Amino acid sequence: MAKAPDLSIDLAGIRLRSPVVTASGCFASGKEASEFVDLKKIGAVVVKSMTMEPWPGKPTPRMAETPSGMLNAIGLQNYGVEHFLAVDLPWLNRMGVPVIASIAGNTVQEYIYVAEMLRGAPGVVAVEVNISCPNLEDRNNMFSHDAKATASVLSAARRALEVPLFAKLSPNVTSVAEIAGAALDNGAQGLSLINTVMGMAIDIHTGKPKLAGVVGGLSGPAIRPIAVRCVFDVFRAFPHVPIIGMGGIMNSGDALEFILAGATAVAIGTANFIDPNSTTKVNDGILEYMKDKGVNNLASIRGRVKVEG
Amino acid sequence: MGRERNRVVVDASSRVPSGTGRNPTVIQQQAQILSYKKLRDDYFLLTIVAPEIAETAKPGQFVNIRPPADRQFILRRPFSIYKVNRRGEWAATIEVVFDVRGGGTAALASLRAHDMIDIVGPIGRPFAIPKNRNSCLLVGGGIGAVPLFYLAEELKGAGKRVDVLWGAQTASKLLNPIDAKRFGAQAVFTTEDGSEGVKGRVTDVMDDLLEKCGTEVIYACGPNGMLEAVTRIGQKHRIPVQVAMEALMGCGYGICMTCVQPVWNKTRDQIVHVRTCVDGPVFNGARIAWDNFASDPSVRASPAGN
Ligand SMILES: Cc1cc2nc3c(=O)[nH]c(=O)nc-3n(C[C@H](O)[C@H](O)[C@H](O)COP(=O)(O)OP(=O)(O)OC[C@H]3O[C@@H](n4cnc5c(N)ncnc54)[C@H](O)[C@@H]3O)c2cc1C
Ligand SMILES: Cc1cc2nc3c(=O)[nH]c(=O)nc-3n(C[C@H](O)[C@H](O)[C@H](O)COP(=O)(O)O)c2cc1C
Ligand code: FES
Repeated sequence: MAKAPDLSIDLAGIRLRSPVVTASGCFASGKEASEFVDLKKIGAVVVKSMTMEPWPGKPTPRMAETPSGMLNAIGLQNYGVEHFLAVDLPWLNRMGVPVIASIAGNTVQEYIYVAEMLRGAPGVVAVEVNISCPNLEDRNNMFSHDAKATASVLSAARRALEVPLFAKLSPNVTSVAEIAGAALDNGAQGLSLINTVMGMAIDIHTGKPKLAGVVGGLSGPAIRPIAVRCVFDVFRAFPHVPIIGMGGIMNSGDALEFILAGATAVAIGTANFIDPNSTTKVNDGILEYMKDKGVNNLASIRGRVKVEG
Repeated sequence: MGRERNRVVVDASSRVPSGTGRNPTVIQQQAQILSYKKLRDDYFLLTIVAPEIAETAKPGQFVNIRPPADRQFILRRPFSIYKVNRRGEWAATIEVVFDVRGGGTAALASLRAHDMIDIVGPIGRPFAIPKNRNSCLLVGGGIGAVPLFYLAEELKGAGKRVDVLWGAQTASKLLNPIDAKRFGAQAVFTTEDGSEGVKGRVTDVMDDLLEKCGTEVIYACGPNGMLEAVTRIGQKHRIPVQVAMEALMGCGYGICMTCVQPVWNKTRDQIVHVRTCVDGPVFNGARIAWDNFASDPSVRASPAGN
């Protein structure tokens, strides 16, 4: 009898039992989803981005459904890092699931504050730095849209933290690889991509934007080809860097596309809204594929898309 | 019609007991449509075989249904629970009623008996049934009357007096007035075009009705404008108002923060964004910051990002 394939992966030196993790903001801190999902089956919970203080988020409407996707403008509503440490993290620790904390802010100082609060937090195996936030010190330009701003956030977080850092990249730039380079040169050990694609929808009857936030982030299957291409480009530029790939993954086939493009792990976002059990279904589907194809571990097929020449 | 056709398929992988979250009874299942009916008015009724959901569902809760084979629009659609039948012919059922608004509801209207749908529920905080208040007025605006049918049944079962006040644009948008007359000690209807009952809005007749019925608690569901007006009238008469609210929903189980309402904190000095799906959809009307939808500058100033 053939040995069962090994689903576990090495992500920047961390061993995860599954390559499937959750996308920040699409699983909260796991409590609500645990009614449906066996958390023991997923690699890690990447929690909703947290900030120095609680953020109220934007007014409603915060969502507009578009073909094969959705636009959101939530405004990072969250209870802040102290609440995370006092309430969510102890619960996640009790569940025995590795945690990747996502941090956000509007100034470098705010990122530093959150990062320092997280130093040594039990069960936090890595920190994802969500740089798709407006930089108040640069006319609200997103940090992720500028190599210098990316570098300053990452190097500040690096000084505060010992765990591996993942920079979460935005696809809304000319060259994702260039921003990736800036993050890696300044302390990121890994990359998460992609964050949502900026978009807009207008109600033609009222003449108003469908989102109170006017513009928002597109997610879901609509963005999958964009995301696969970003992972492919970044993997080719930095083949030794671990990548958490995401964007419109609905099933294991989609997830495997990301792995063949160069992802080490995959994150499930919008799919959780539609099928609360998406993470475990993707997990099981990848295992099936490995059995079918005689793949013993995912590292052996990572980035192995067959491109001629 | 064999028994076989009514078999319920429960997705076992979705039922991991954890007992850790807020709502240990919510489940996801593949459920079969028992029957489809177009009501006399503009509304459609689906009876769904869903024993586990029927077992625990309470009035005011809703289910989140994935429209079938609709590849362009992928999110679920939330619907209030209209009726629950725990002693169905073969299995317990729930009923939902909807009007066709767009692609999702159009797809649901094409479902027929024996079709399968993917459904999550029961979700949300139900209507509260106060012990020492007896006379209840149910105010429903158009399709908003849906959750009030199940509520009426529970209230009657608890020995309460129930009066109903349905309002709509026109007669065909009044939901099941025949049943409403049956359970309402008083049943008053208003239509804006005067095609049935009193010409006007529910709020035009409420002052009188509250006096006549000796109302002690008001339950309302309908458009926000109506809910706000009903709340203000309730406050004037010092009668508590429970409102069931709608919101755009990304997930319907508390993880995405799409569905929030602006709610006053206990000390009324701060507005917080509270999820409709799991912290609502029933709210104390007096706690909703009715003036703060979309236009509140302090809220708008919050930073961008997902
Ligand atoms: C808690 C709750 C209970 C509800 N109960 C009922 C009910 O019993 N009967 C009924 O007919 N309708 C009910 N609705 C409204 C119903 O969910 C929408 O009519 C439906 O989602 C419209 O989908 P669509 O694809 O046909 O419309 P579209 O307009 O094509 O939908 C586009 C998007 O907007 C959303 N949407 C549109 N209208 C609404 C709305 N009024 N509320 C929330 N989301 C909306 C859809 O979910 C979708 O994401 C309820 C809504 C909520 C939040
Ligand atoms: C409602 C919603 C909230 C999100 N919140 C965050 C967030 O707080 N931090 C973050 O880094 N990304 C956030 N994202 C982006 C997702 O993590 C993910 O990068 C993106 O949605 C693409 O994946 P998907 O198509 O599988 O959803 C959010 C996405 C959605 C839809
Ligand atoms: S709809 Fe996602 S939190 Fe309520």
